[in-house]
Amino acid sequence: MIELTHIHRYFQVGEQTVHALDNISLQIKKGEYVSVMGPSGSGKSTLLNVIALLDKPSSGRYLLNNRDVTQCSDDELAKIRRENLGFVFQFFHLIPRLTAAENIEMPMILAGLPVNERKRRVTQALASVSLQDRANHRPNQLSGGQLQRVAIARAMIMQPEVLLADEPTGNLDSKSGAEIIELLENLNQQGVTLIIITHDQSLGDRAPRKIRIVDGQLK
Amino acid sequence: MFFKDILAQAINAIKSQRLRAILIILAMSIGVASVNVLTALGESARRYIVHEFEALGTHLVIVLPGRTETTGGSPPLFGETPRDLTLEDAQAFLHSRHIAAIAPLTIGSAPVSFQGLERETNIFGSTYALRRVRHLTMAQGNFLPEEETTKARSVCVIGQTIRTQLFANKSALGQWLRINDRRFRVIGVLAAEGQSIGVDFDEMVIIPVEQAQALFDTRSLFRILVETLSKESMTKAVEDIKNIIKARHEGEDDITIITQDSVVNTFDKILTALTLAVASIASISLAVAGVLVMNVMLVSVTQRTAEIGLLKALGATKGQLHGLFLTEAALLSIAGALTGLLIGQIIITVLQVTYPSFPLQLPWWTLLSSLAVSLVTGLVFGLLPASKAARLNPVWALTKR
Ligand SMILES: Nc1ncnc2c1ncn2[C@@H]1O[C@H](COP(=O)(O)OP(=O)(O)OP(=O)(O)O)[C@@H](O)[C@H]1O
Ligand SMILES: [Mg+2]
Repeated sequence: MIELTHIHRYFQVGEQTVHALDNISLQIKKGEYVSVMGPSGSGKSTLLNVIALLDKPSSGRYLLNNRDVTQCSDDELAKIRRENLGFVFQFFHLIPRLTAAENIEMPMILAGLPVNERKRRVTQALASVSLQDRANHRPNQLSGGQLQRVAIARAMIMQPEVLLADEPTGNLDSKSGAEIIELLENLNQQGVTLIIITHDQSLGDRAPRKIRIVDGQLK
Repeated sequence: MFFKDILAQAINAIKSQRLRAILIILAMSIGVASVNVLTALGESARRYIVHEFEALGTHLVIVLPGRTETTGGSPPLFGETPRDLTLEDAQAFLHSRHIAAIAPLTIGSAPVSFQGLERETNIFGSTYALRRVRHLTMAQGNFLPEEETTKARSVCVIGQTIRTQLFANKSALGQWLRINDRRFRVIGVLAAEGQSIGVDFDEMVIIPVEQAQALFDTRSLFRILVETLSKESMTKAVEDIKNIIKARHEGEDDITIITQDSVVNTFDKILTALTLAVASIASISLAVAGVLVMNVMLVSVTQRTAEIGLLKALGATKGQLHGLFLTEAALLSIAGALTGLLIGQIIITVLQVTYPSFPLQLPWWTLLSSLAVSLVTGLVFGLLPASKAARLNPVWALTKR
């Protein structure tokens, strides 16, 4: 379902051109569990951002569900992100003034789902990450592991086919990190395509398919 | 995304930044309040003055000797023209079917005295009709008698100030008042009028017009006040007056005619312009408030960069981000406008209580327009921050925390 061919991404920094992605060709099928590893600055985040449609490649072709997304307008991309892609970030990225439930609800508000459907799904999602009793807590009242679970619930609330996670355990202790990975793998077993960037070799090794990237090239 | 949700999100964002909200609302409300108070003052002054003019008589036509060729110039006050307006001219106006009453007017200044007390004052020479034309009311006695003007007697009617100054506690009625070297019997005292556009009737001594002409040794009239039958007959009456004067003045209508309407309209226009000018000056403070809205919103966009990046990642379109930030700006502006209306109303109420004689009132259109203007200000100045938010690069925005 994800098909990258000859993807390049350059960054112009002053006089210098950084070649962050160098001729990446990659296919990921529906339901796969892929880990992306590599040294710092090798281009992992850049690759994920391209797949996530947050960043546009400098050249190359990207087919998502056989649709050439390099040709789409910003608003079309926003709609595809909303409906097909879920994100989990290293720094959680919850909106501090909103409660856990409200954070989880946000993608559905943007998508314009009716209120009662939203309430129903939020309750379900909170239960699936075992945070029923934290619904009305704000981010500053939650632990790192709880924050990441709220973020996962939010990422899954629109039932996307792909879940993208950039170092989801990077800011967590090993115990809550393991819980998060378990949660993500559970979702993968239910059919969600899972792509995880990690620095942790043992976590990376759990994935059936391991991608290694060095200096912007696949190894 | 539903409008209701946009509203809820905007309100939530506003609540989370109380100080920012208070600042914007304060700036906006000061602007709105000053516009409202100043407009109320200007508009009330306009109404006050127009009302004063209308109190002169609703269908009054004033005829002056001499013609002003340009519309802007002031009418000549003294008879510099070859042909004066005379009593006979005034009498001739009665031939018009559209004229209800005429009051010829001669004006001069002369010393008046009673039992050793003396002062200089304005003498009005006129007829019985003056009372009707200028809506004068009597405190005591009668006005000039209704009789053929040529048979006028030596009688006078005095204003309140003259009465108190010359007669103190004595009854003025029936006393002989000396004007120059002639004596006039006081037959009436005017009720206190106060200042009425240009003429202070309280300082006035009114005598029959022939007596005044004799007193000042002149045949010409200062002006002729004409009351037409109705507002509608005003134009016809003006035509008639011109024709009558033409017939009597060898084919020339060498007079200037001022209608009540045109005077009121002129003042109306001048004062409306003045009110608008004052309101525009006050609305500079609204513009300042707008700049503040923009500033604070820009800071807010910078502070919320990560949030905006997240919303984009979650699938918010440019339009939705525009909507969110503009709604915030609009809500803050409306809150500011409403607060401003309240403050303005309080100030106006205080002024009303302090100066009860001045009819201070806020015209309804100011309410609406200040609401509209502050909303537009908020939206216009909210546009830049909103589009800045909408244009943020999500990858870059997400690296901010
Ligand atoms: N916006 C940008 N402007 C300029 N250079 C960039 C930008 N984003 C990334 N780069 C460069 O591209 C290269 C790849 O960066 P990327 O963030 O993808 O690395 P990474 O593998 O995710 O590293 P880490 O493990 O530290 O997160 C780096 O050399 C980085 O400096
Ligand atoms: Mg990275």
